[in-house]
Amino acid sequence: MIAAAFLAMLKRDVRLALRQSTDLGMILGFFVIAASLFPFGVGPNPETLARLAPGIIWVLALLAVMLSLDRLFQSDWEDGSLEQMALAPAPLSVIVLAKATAHWLTACLPLIAVAPVIAVMLNLPAEAYGVLLAGLALGTPTLSLIGAVGAALALGARKAGLLIAVLVLPLYIPVLIFGVTAVDAHLTQISVSAHFLYLGALLAAAAPLCPWAAAAAIRHSVG
Amino acid sequence: MHRFANPGRFMRVADRLQPWLLWGGLALLVAGLYKALLDSPPDYQQHDTVRILYIHVPSAMLAQGAYIMMALGSASFLIWKHPLGDLLARSAAPIGAALTLVCLITGSVWGKPTWGTYWVWDARLTSMLILLFLFIGYMALANAFDDPARGDKPAAILAVVGIVNIPIIKFSVYFFNTLHQQSTLFRREGPSMPPEMLTPLLIMFGAFTCLFLWLLAVRLRGEFAKVRLRAIRAGLVRRAETAGRRRAPAGGPVEEGAG
Repeated sequence: MIAAAFLAMLKRDVRLALRQSTDLGMILGFFVIAASLFPFGVGPNPETLARLAPGIIWVLALLAVMLSLDRLFQSDWEDGSLEQMALAPAPLSVIVLAKATAHWLTACLPLIAVAPVIAVMLNLPAEAYGVLLAGLALGTPTLSLIGAVGAALALGARKAGLLIAVLVLPLYIPVLIFGVTAVDAHLTQISVSAHFLYLGALLAAAAPLCPWAAAAAIRHSVG
Repeated sequence: MHRFANPGRFMRVADRLQPWLLWGGLALLVAGLYKALLDSPPDYQQHDTVRILYIHVPSAMLAQGAYIMMALGSASFLIWKHPLGDLLARSAAPIGAALTLVCLITGSVWGKPTWGTYWVWDARLTSMLILLFLFIGYMALANAFDDPARGDKPAAILAVVGIVNIPIIKFSVYFFNTLHQQSTLFRREGPSMPPEMLTPLLIMFGAFTCLFLWLLAVRLRGEFAKVRLRAIRAGLVRRAETAGRRRAPAGGPVEEGAG
């Protein structure tokens, strides 16, 4: 039953996100436009841009994920369907996990797909692409999971979007650190396995704990 | 333990302790400052700059202590639904944020002559900065809702989630290759400090602890008063409503606003 609930929720959220694909387009647009601001800000020198590229891509991915968090629970909370999900026989944490997975599929996966374009624009050396994308693939699920906690905590608050930023960005720092240092390590011919192990450990810790914390917050907001 | 979970009894104990904490803390502060600033030797490398650390170390330890207290209070509020834990966490948060700020500022003032820079992005400094962000996030979340009681549980969850940062701060100097020195105080072999420097540090730590607890008691009384005021106001509104209904049995519009 739990697997069925998970799949049903996942399918519903993915379908809803695809029907409102302008949201998705705007997030990708933000990602690309913000990245194209950096050559104006720090100058178009290719070496400088290549040095900054991993950090820029990761920080912008972080911000783009954060901007898409409000649609995770907000609309369901407003029209009352979140309350029904909380009352459903399936555990709420499983539903939250499904929603976070759907968020990753519809918000983070497109970002990973667009990341090489930005990497080209910023002149990242070609041998670093694989590590950058693998790091993003391993790190962004953690971002979705932590973001689910932030979005659930801010339900019904004044200025919820700003509040999510204050809550979530400090917790994103570890993912950012290991994601960027993995690329830097690869470019200086150091083994990247330690960085990927840290990213995997963060994901392994977030996967069971974050849905649980987010479910507690949702239960309070609808109760 | 559960005897003190009664807010009234807790406050009576706190009231009795409060003058002792204040005067004891001030006395220790005077003694500690005298020992730290005038009556202790300068470091053979850092010279007089080392005296900043008599403020830096106690504020860092108490900032983390304040966070642990906040998380434990929040956890007990989430588990046993006891309002005292929430009030304790709410009172501890601003004090902890201030202490974290003191720790960061004194650290950077000390870092300029010693390390040659006000700030480096090393693991200990960064994790301490995240601690400050967590305190700020907690306070923002606790006060983000129109109904003040609505923010208590989300803020408590955030405080419990953020506890992962405390071991990161503690072990950051061992796991990563940092500029910040490793622990000299809590080591298996005992403190690696000469006694004439250890004594003022311990006195300052005692002073900071006493003053922290005193400030906590003051803020706790404020939080209790706020809760009671809210209850009284709600009661007045309710009484005005029933009175209005009795006066207008036909069911005319009832005015609210006796609060």
